[in-house]
Amino acid sequence: MALRKRSMGVVAVITATGLGLAACGQSSGGGGDAIELTITQNSIQGGKNANTAEHIADWVIPQFEAAQKAKGKNVTVKFVPSGVDDEQYKTKLSLDLKSGKGADVIDIDGIWAGEFAEAGYIKPLSEVVGPEADSWDGWAQIPEAVQQMAAFNDKRYALPVGTDGRVLYYNKTLFAKAGLPADWQPAGWQEILDAGAKLKSSGVPVPIQINAGTAMGEATSMQGVLPLLAGAGGEVQQDGKWTGASQPLKDALGLYQKIYGGGLGDPKLQQEAKGRDKSFQQFAEGKIGILMEGDYFWRGVVNPKDGVAPMADRDQVVGYAMIPAIEPGKGIRGQDFVSMSGGALRTVNPNSEHPKEAFELLAFTLSPEALKEETKDGNVRITPRTDVNKEILAGEPLLTYISEKVLPVTAYRPPVAVYPQVSVALQEATAAVVGGTAPDQAAADYQKKLEGIVGGAGNITTP
Amino acid sequence: MAQAISPPPEVVREDGPARGGDSSDAAGLGRVRAAVFVAPALLLIAVFLVFPALWVLYLGLTNYRLTGVAAAEPQFVGLDNFIEAITTPAFWNSTWLTVEFVLGSAVIGQAVLGFTIAWMMRDRRGPLKRAVEGLVILAWILPSAIVAFLWVALLDRDGGTLNAVLGIPGFAWLLDHPMLSIIIFNTWRGTAFSMMLYGAALGNVPPSHLESARLAGASGWQQLRDVVFPHIRGHILTNLLLISLWTFNDFGPFLLTAGGPDGRSEVLAVHVYKVALQAGELGHGAAVSTVILLINLVVAVFYLRLLRSKK
Repeated sequence: MALRKRSMGVVAVITATGLGLAACGQSSGGGGDAIELTITQNSIQGGKNANTAEHIADWVIPQFEAAQKAKGKNVTVKFVPSGVDDEQYKTKLSLDLKSGKGADVIDIDGIWAGEFAEAGYIKPLSEVVGPEADSWDGWAQIPEAVQQMAAFNDKRYALPVGTDGRVLYYNKTLFAKAGLPADWQPAGWQEILDAGAKLKSSGVPVPIQINAGTAMGEATSMQGVLPLLAGAGGEVQQDGKWTGASQPLKDALGLYQKIYGGGLGDPKLQQEAKGRDKSFQQFAEGKIGILMEGDYFWRGVVNPKDGVAPMADRDQVVGYAMIPAIEPGKGIRGQDFVSMSGGALRTVNPNSEHPKEAFELLAFTLSPEALKEETKDGNVRITPRTDVNKEILAGEPLLTYISEKVLPVTAYRPPVAVYPQVSVALQEATAAVVGGTAPDQAAADYQKKLEGIVGGAGNITTP
Repeated sequence: MAQAISPPPEVVREDGPARGGDSSDAAGLGRVRAAVFVAPALLLIAVFLVFPALWVLYLGLTNYRLTGVAAAEPQFVGLDNFIEAITTPAFWNSTWLTVEFVLGSAVIGQAVLGFTIAWMMRDRRGPLKRAVEGLVILAWILPSAIVAFLWVALLDRDGGTLNAVLGIPGFAWLLDHPMLSIIIFNTWRGTAFSMMLYGAALGNVPPSHLESARLAGASGWQQLRDVVFPHIRGHILTNLLLISLWTFNDFGPFLLTAGGPDGRSEVLAVHVYKVALQAGELGHGAAVSTVILLINLVVAVFYLRLLRSKK
């Protein structure tokens, strides 16, 4: 009896829930002329990328709603924040999009565009929105290389949100103690190692931090193995073929071995689940001498105003230098210095019920007024628009440095759907070297994995 | 999980004397009406248990992915995923770690500790018993996210409480001893269930039997072995069945170590998450899930046979 009673109860509850859900679906579907939009990014007030989250919530939404009201439309916008690792954000987003849900306006990393497009999670803007997308007045202001990040198979899938570059940050206080110059610029990798050795003997706990391992995800690729690979004259993909266990890869992994096997870095930091956040913390606390990071580090991490690891004396203490090639002239394209660039994209969810209004919101967030508002009060970043950049970068030393010196020598990741899997294999190779495997062995293992990922040895160039 | 394993015991029971037909119809409902009453429950089981299991089996035969071309148009690939799943060293590594995790934290940790606490507290009353039980149960009912945060704060290499107490700053518990960390964590987390179950079971041991054993001069261990264990054998096996399966499928370790460093605490539940959702290989992940399902069945059948052999 008891059993039967219970199962009847369960049925009753489930039926009731079902009815409730059905009711919810109806009420939100038939909402007359009021339009509800949602916008999501991996940013959250009081946490990750706090300033952009505040900008959306406090400026974009009220301004956009007011502008729509002036046109006689009743539009309300909701911000859906998120403050997690990029990999987790990607998983959540793909599950949302797969199930036909998700916010109307979404931010994605530029490098996800290929795989999202192939899966049908994002569609060409001209299909989702209409001709307005291609006639957007902002396109004229966006450099070709940045536009390319938002394109896949020659179609525009999103609007670019900005771009970035990578440098070596160093702590001038620690450098002074170690007898190193305040305006440091290494010309080759050996000079980085020499500086690391001097920092070590002056008592710096972690002389050099160059991201490695799988726990840091794409941060290992972008702020680690890819700039090093470029510095050794290599690329992951060249003329449509993937590079196997090449000499540049062995050189790059060799530098990891010298740093982490030689006591110049902290191998454990590369394995910890929150290792990258910890590296930020340690740099801010003056425990790390040299750190390879993107301009995000300057804007979002050690930013004295609202960084996640703020440094009140950032402008005095934190120095930056270009990432050198292994030796002068030995980098890709014969360069002395290298960098990698990426950038976020913002697009309209193909599942959106109001794609036109969603695109208006999207375009509004990238209007000159919105970008100037977003980047004021020390929150400068490199926006996609040259007209805006000209104005806002003027007073910002690091970003001027990046846009003038780093971006001309930078490189981009191959914009193909399979890249993220290749990237993971690269991260695993660095993890192996940090764990004690010889660079040549790790490179050979990488090539073997690569064959499985890109469809056989035929798509790989072997040295 | 409790739902998934509750049907088998009933099947076992009905297999027995219930062959006769009408004689088992105690409620007098008749075949048709009985079927109508059972139908909603069977429908729920079909929709929420059988269908997902079959769906996972099907997904395991495709190259379905979270993103990319294969997300839009998955292809049938036969047994490739299963072959890949069981030929990958990472899978066997995870399986072995899971066995360690189940034996260490469930069978040895939770069951032994739970029984010990229940045995020591069996005749006690008052504040000590309430305090001990309260603390153990608290560890069980706190939300996972909060518990994980507390444990990370406890075990952290740089600012962790444990290192501060022991005076060994920089000792990386979660990196150098990831399995030990999650085994102790899960023992702490789940002991309450075993303690309560054994506590209730010990109440069923007739005090007169224990009394006679004591009078006959049996030592504490002999009393346990010859009087207590035979009485609570069914409880022990049921408890082991439940906590083994729960622990086998437990995702909790992910919150502490995220499967790291370099896969050294990647138990099967974490392995599936990493393969299916982080790497996006849903088909491969489904194949691994199917294998896990089979292992679960084997474990369940093993315990159920032990349970039946009592009679």
